[in-house]
Amino acid sequence: MSRKKDNYENSRWHKFQCWLKGEVDPLSAEGVETVVPDLLSAKSQTEASKGQPEGAAQEAAKFEEKKPADILQKKEEAQENCQKEEVQENCQKEEVQENRQKEKAQENRQKEKEERGIRIYRKFYQIMSVILCMGIILVLLWTIAYLPIFGNAGNPDNNEVSARYIEQGLKETGAVNIVTGMILDYRAFDTFGESCVLFIASCCVLVLLRMDRPGEDEADSSDSDRIYEPKNDIILQKCACVLVPVILVFGIYIILNGHLSPGGGFSGGAVLGSGLILYLNAFGFAKTERFFNARVYRCITVSALTFYCLAKSYSFFTGANHLESGIPLGTPGSIISSGLILPLNICVGFVVACTMYAFYTLFRKGGI
Amino acid sequence: MSLVQNFPFFSIIIAMFSGILSSVLNSRQARNVSLAAILITTAMSWSVFQYCLGTGGSYTYMMGHFPAPWGNEIRAGVLEGLTALLFGIVMLLSVTGGMKHIFQDVEESKVNLFFIMIDLMLSSLLALIYTNDLFTAYVFVEINTIAGCGLIMIRQKGRSFGAAIRYMIMSQLGSGLFLIGLTLLYDVTGHLLMSPAKEAVRAIEAAGSYEIPVLVILAVISVGLAIKSGLYPFHSWIPDTYGYATPTASAILSGLVSKGYIFLLIKIFYRVLGQENVIASRIVNVLFLFGLAGMIMGSVHAILEWDTRRMIAYSSVAQIGYIYMGIGLGTQAGMVAAIFHMFTHSATKALLFISAVGLYEVSGGKKDFVSLRGAGNRNPLAGVGFTVGALSMVGFPMLSGFISKLLFATSALQSPHKMMLTIIGLAVSTILNAVYFLRLVITLYARPKRKGSTGEMNEKKGDIREADKTENRNAAETLPGKQHISWVLGTAICGFILLNLFLGMMSQPVVQAIANGLAMFD
Repeated sequence: MSRKKDNYENSRWHKFQCWLKGEVDPLSAEGVETVVPDLLSAKSQTEASKGQPEGAAQEAAKFEEKKPADILQKKEEAQENCQKEEVQENCQKEEVQENRQKEKAQENRQKEKEERGIRIYRKFYQIMSVILCMGIILVLLWTIAYLPIFGNAGNPDNNEVSARYIEQGLKETGAVNIVTGMILDYRAFDTFGESCVLFIASCCVLVLLRMDRPGEDEADSSDSDRIYEPKNDIILQKCACVLVPVILVFGIYIILNGHLSPGGGFSGGAVLGSGLILYLNAFGFAKTERFFNARVYRCITVSALTFYCLAKSYSFFTGANHLESGIPLGTPGSIISSGLILPLNICVGFVVACTMYAFYTLFRKGGI
Repeated sequence: MSLVQNFPFFSIIIAMFSGILSSVLNSRQARNVSLAAILITTAMSWSVFQYCLGTGGSYTYMMGHFPAPWGNEIRAGVLEGLTALLFGIVMLLSVTGGMKHIFQDVEESKVNLFFIMIDLMLSSLLALIYTNDLFTAYVFVEINTIAGCGLIMIRQKGRSFGAAIRYMIMSQLGSGLFLIGLTLLYDVTGHLLMSPAKEAVRAIEAAGSYEIPVLVILAVISVGLAIKSGLYPFHSWIPDTYGYATPTASAILSGLVSKGYIFLLIKIFYRVLGQENVIASRIVNVLFLFGLAGMIMGSVHAILEWDTRRMIAYSSVAQIGYIYMGIGLGTQAGMVAAIFHMFTHSATKALLFISAVGLYEVSGGKKDFVSLRGAGNRNPLAGVGFTVGALSMVGFPMLSGFISKLLFATSALQSPHKMMLTIIGLAVSTILNAVYFLRLVITLYARPKRKGSTGEMNEKKGDIREADKTENRNAAETLPGKQHISWVLGTAICGFILLNLFLGMMSQPVVQAIANGLAMFD
């Protein structure tokens, strides 16, 4: 609107009113000429305003909308006058021009319609999504009001299932940490599924990010930050020297002690992975790849998952067929105890650590 | 315990192990391992099915040393065996049928990753079929979702990334709702295994407590799984996903993955929440209405679609609508019809996707109606395959689509309130199906247009299409009259046609087995 106010004398609305009042003769040379440049400028405005905020485009399009009626009337009058004064050539020129203008106007109108449709749809979509989300949130909150009170002894989930886990867990699985006993013995099948989730997630990331075409690789290598490594940040390197061994040892401790104290494969593996990532950041790819490259990664992941798969298959098979598995549980509390849980924890830990490290390097440079 | 009873467990583990193994193999070895795994699991499913038919009952299988409410458990019965068998066959045929395109669409070094996805997809489908534990179901739903995303985006061309992101967001929404449902269910029942959970739900019903949470659980689980299987208002991811993935992935996603979720939903209805409760809560009516809407709207979208592959994808929306309509009828017969249609659709839609590939091969890789003119003559076997699939979807006698429509119509007669709506919906949807499928079939056998004449398809679409058409015609003219069809594709198409004919002509034992299996669910 502001533009219109600034330049009211030149605005099409003003000219249209002048014409209606009879102040301007449309057929006079001035009348025709003034329309054309004005139109062109309006056109250029709409084109220019494509990149601009919607308001400008809308306004420019508004100008265009008014035009056809204007033009039609003009055309009629022009034709009458032509017949009177018999200035055929002039008339034909005008017609061609006006036809062209009309086409342009129509295109613009259509574009405008589409834009408006999209805008309305977006508004509608936003409002509806907010309403929908609020609805779902309200329903879920309302449901919570009817659920059993948290921590109440009489709740349905305090039943024979959890009672046996707590009372017999130590005896049946040999694991002092009941949670580990539960996820790696009672419900080991689910945990195997979870490690496969990690495995397939890392496969998907490999699909997305691994760069295999050698030509592209070389072209990109100038841009990739690989050649700028190591950054030789002395502070980082000194810190890493202190921290990395501690982190790695701590991760190994969490994994190995998973059946005795809080922890286990998933958490310990995450700690190990972060230690590796820190080492990589401080010392660069060249040094890390001396002990951890794609081959090592593949070997570790595959052998860990294969061991898990075979060991658990054996255990499931003997369990289902009521055979003795023959795996001693050992004395609860000592480091080598609780049957398969310790090796399985180690496997899960390796898989998690490798997956974390692989994600990081894939995002960094598109390869392990 | 006989050896056969171990087979459900063996088949899941074999599929998973072959996936793990494939990560160190090269592409050809991975392909062989994958095909072998699918073959073995299919054979195992067959023997499980036969065993359950023989004993006339179902059994549970303890995963580990701990009995039911403490350890994991899987369960096999007639219906599980039959579904696993059919899924295995469809998977095998889809993988072999699209083999050439797998090696074309996927980078050479990533083909083994594709087969990892296939293997893990197979294992997750089997686990969803056999599971007797809600949390196991959730874990394998996750594997299924991630493998699905991988299968879509591994093509790494054009719009497949966008399609994968869309699929991921919608699927995660579905998984999230499903997980919320499971946690609420655990909170009110205290069990994750299906059989004890059902007893707990029954006790809750008897006591009259927790009425509202049970209703919300029902709604959340149904909606979550409906989103994942692509019921009508949540269908927006389907056309992109099925339209831009590599053909094998399209066939598997539309034929199997969405069916796996529907099977899980039916299992939860029967084995956890209790079919009586589900019907009493009237949620079936909601599913029924959305199913009807999907039947009509999916077909309308398909008619408007110009790209034939997206057209087939939209037809899936309509067919999923049929299945949910059958579930929504709320009768045993309706459920049988829904499950039979599940089988029909997985066999037929995979056939359509695979044979459409054969047709695109001889039409310069174009997918629009004009380029496909006369493609049925250029690749006769694919043309016949597509025609059989299309006729089956429309409901031609002797093919499986006819039987499922017949079952829907007869089951509708048993539920008086929904009879008229069902039958009108079936009629309208069949006509709409016929409009777009037969239009394509006629196009396949039409004479390619000569230069200068205007195709009737193009008149509506204006000049841009005209220009397109000239290009296509030129491409078509440069092609030889008939091309050598790879025998692998031919075998796959023949297998699919036989499967369709089998389901259409020998439907009685299958329907009987489904009814028996459903009775065993209770």
